Amino acid sequence: MRIEKRAAPSRRMQLAAPLLAIAFTLLVSSLLVAWAGAPVGKAYALLLEGGFGSTFAWSETLTRATPLILTGLSAAVAFRARLFNIGAEGQLYAGALAAVAVGGLHGGQGFALHPALLFPAMMAAAALAGALLLLGPALLKSRLGVDEVVTTLLLNFIVLLFVSMMLDGPMKDPGAMGWPQSVVLQDALQLDKLIERTRVHTGLLWAVGLAVALWALMKYGTLGFEIRAVGANARAAAFAGMPVGWVTVKVALLSGALAGLAGAIEVAGRTSYVTLDMSPGYGYSGIVIAMLAALNPLGVVAAAIFVAGILVGADSMSRAVNVPTYIADVIVSVSLLSMLVATMAAQYRIVFGRRAAHAG
Amino acid sequence: MTPDTVLRLYGITKRFGSLVANNAISLDLGRGEVLALLGENGAGKSTLVSILFGHYVADEGSIEVFGQPLPPGQPKAALGMGIGMVHQHFTLADNLSVLDNVMLGTEPLWWPSSRRAEARAKLVETGQRFGLGVDPDARIADLSVGERQRVEILKALVRGARILILDEPTAVLTPAEVESLFGTLRQLIAQGLSVIFISHKLDEVLRVSQRIAILRGGKLIAVLPAEGADKALLAETMVGRQVQMPTRRPRAPGATVCSLRDATVLSADGRKLLDGIDLELHAGEIVAIAGVAGNGQQALAELLFGQHALRSGRLQLQGQTMPARPRDWVCAGVARIPEDRHAVGVVGDLPVWENAMLERYAMPVFSRAGIVRRAAAQAHARQLIQRFDVRGTDAQGVQTPTRALSGGNMQKLILGRALVGDPGSDKPPTLIVADQPTWGLDIGAVAYVHQQLLDACARGAAMLLISEDLDEIFALADRIAVLHDGRLSAARPTAEWTLADIGMAMAGSGAEHAH
Repeated sequence: MRIEKRAAPSRRMQLAAPLLAIAFTLLVSSLLVAWAGAPVGKAYALLLEGGFGSTFAWSETLTRATPLILTGLSAAVAFRARLFNIGAEGQLYAGALAAVAVGGLHGGQGFALHPALLFPAMMAAAALAGALLLLGPALLKSRLGVDEVVTTLLLNFIVLLFVSMMLDGPMKDPGAMGWPQSVVLQDALQLDKLIERTRVHTGLLWAVGLAVALWALMKYGTLGFEIRAVGANARAAAFAGMPVGWVTVKVALLSGALAGLAGAIEVAGRTSYVTLDMSPGYGYSGIVIAMLAALNPLGVVAAAIFVAGILVGADSMSRAVNVPTYIADVIVSVSLLSMLVATMAAQYRIVFGRRAAHAG
Repeated sequence: MTPDTVLRLYGITKRFGSLVANNAISLDLGRGEVLALLGENGAGKSTLVSILFGHYVADEGSIEVFGQPLPPGQPKAALGMGIGMVHQHFTLADNLSVLDNVMLGTEPLWWPSSRRAEARAKLVETGQRFGLGVDPDARIADLSVGERQRVEILKALVRGARILILDEPTAVLTPAEVESLFGTLRQLIAQGLSVIFISHKLDEVLRVSQRIAILRGGKLIAVLPAEGADKALLAETMVGRQVQMPTRRPRAPGATVCSLRDATVLSADGRKLLDGIDLELHAGEIVAIAGVAGNGQQALAELLFGQHALRSGRLQLQGQTMPARPRDWVCAGVARIPEDRHAVGVVGDLPVWENAMLERYAMPVFSRAGIVRRAAAQAHARQLIQRFDVRGTDAQGVQTPTRALSGGNMQKLILGRALVGDPGSDKPPTLIVADQPTWGLDIGAVAYVHQQLLDACARGAAMLLISEDLDEIFALADRIAVLHDGRLSAARPTAEWTLADIGMAMAGSGAEHAH
């Protein structure tokens, strides 16, 4: 018995791999659920119900999925070009802060511009803030070879401290009774609800629309071609005449802008102001989602809904059977690991004896 | 088994999936014999010696060494039974001394002290016995390629090798170093050692070996005595059919297409990669650059690919000074064929059609308003596949991942992309820059590539050929210049060069920089 690489991955295995990965994930997680003293079957049932079992559950899941789609797209486009942007969390906060800076009620009233002009300006400011935040690391990478994983990761802490400073200083809401939170966004700039009496907002449509647009760009656009070529073989791309450094910069602007928009849409659709805990790690989860989706923009939508459903479902499960909500993080992490292993393993096969090798 | 047989292979078969890399190969090796393994790429030479050395396990068959069965899949057992291997790419630690490299792996790691004095004595003694003098304290990084190869051979001998396998040993050597290697081989067999010599160079095989085993498609086709064999016979047996190698027809060179004056190129850390070189390329003329790898060939190629800028001096293409932007060079009609087709020539993960437009995707034929014109690009790729006989795309057509093509077909794709240039225009390239265009290809593909290059030159293209293969250079070039340590000799007509001259110039002596 030995392991051989397949000449071409088989269709059947490619479909079976994710299912096996999910089964493995549930198995591992059930050990932890049992350890916490809860009935495994009931816990999973509650988790599923809490995430996907009712209109309310779906509304919560989709609300949670909205920023995750955007940070997932941010990671997916950057990773495709081998620009490892770990800084979506910081870019999200920068976008949120920029959105409030343009659209917030400063001193009781904001910029007296018509919402039809102010809204695009707010979104553009958020996208720009995120984009500029990633521009530095991208230039350092393409010019000096500085590792962008380090720079983008560390920038997250700098941005968070900066946001903290702003929320306790110039942008603090005087009416918040001392809480460190920003001024509130103008009413006219807030996104409409998709369904009455739920929290799902039109930001979901934005996110899905951007996913489709990014998918089309990657498949049909020259920029998408450049991104795929530079990511797959930068030396060959440079030889052929692609401006590799410029492509890296364009990818950085795109990726940063998507993460910045995640922040703005979260503010405009859900929180209406910035706090330091408005993102429970959406930027980092975006990386997981992008990997789960194999960097495919449409896959990001599905992966984001999956992850959001687990997170929301785990919340309601933990209330009912007293399993810590951290189980959600375990499920998401294990599912990522097993998905990566499964997709890799699908490229190999186990051969028994000698005759099998001949048949292949 | 006669007492003089030191190694015997019985029916060795090895399959990789549906590919039969070795098909029931039986072979024996005598004491004091050089046996050549001759075959094209993919004929199964490397697989066979990998099985012999324990890197692979044969699916069927067995091996006997000095009458004892060789346990499969254990390099250590092979070493212990006296089989030594010298790989084509050396396995030496550059930052260690010769002695360290020879000792590496011979002592247990947990041993408190190493027996350096003993090892040194053995190394010196072995070196003397076989005429392989190398300073035991020299750092590998300071040695020439020929010397490094000697260290590799010494390493095997010190470990008691009686059967030495040399994998393409001459590929990286200058002609003088090749002579020295052949001298070493004669000493080895005079002392009763046996050698398996892997090569696809017919001249060498005829000179150095007693018997020649020819592999084709995983099968042992023939074992011929070297005496009485000739190149034509070997080539035909190796390929399985007659191959007509295209030859150059002399013609009058046209106008100057590209000129370099006192051109100097520096590396990132400030070393001179090219040191004041002069060169003129004329329409319809092939100028070949000979030289051992690492003497500035890459810098020269990248300069003319438009990837590198000059530090000083002048570079003109058709009278224009060109910026170091590959796109501008492509637009100016420069057909570029890089040395490393996998790492530089194509993006292996992308389909064939995207690689076919890789150099020109930004031009209006292939994209408009930021959208790729897929139909035009795919039609172009289909044309290239047809015109340049790119095989291996039957199942998926232009969507075939380029990685799946064989080396020869990948090279045909790159060749087609470069030579056709703008789809729709029928103009030949103004300049062809070909860096090792036939490296690693089999004879059929070599003949094809040569023919295409010659045809393009006959239609008026100038060509710079950078090659380490002197046969190729003499077959194609109108003029030859030798690159050594960043300096280029004068480019003289091919007829004025002898093999000995070129060898001297490649080693850095003799015809030095004729200003």
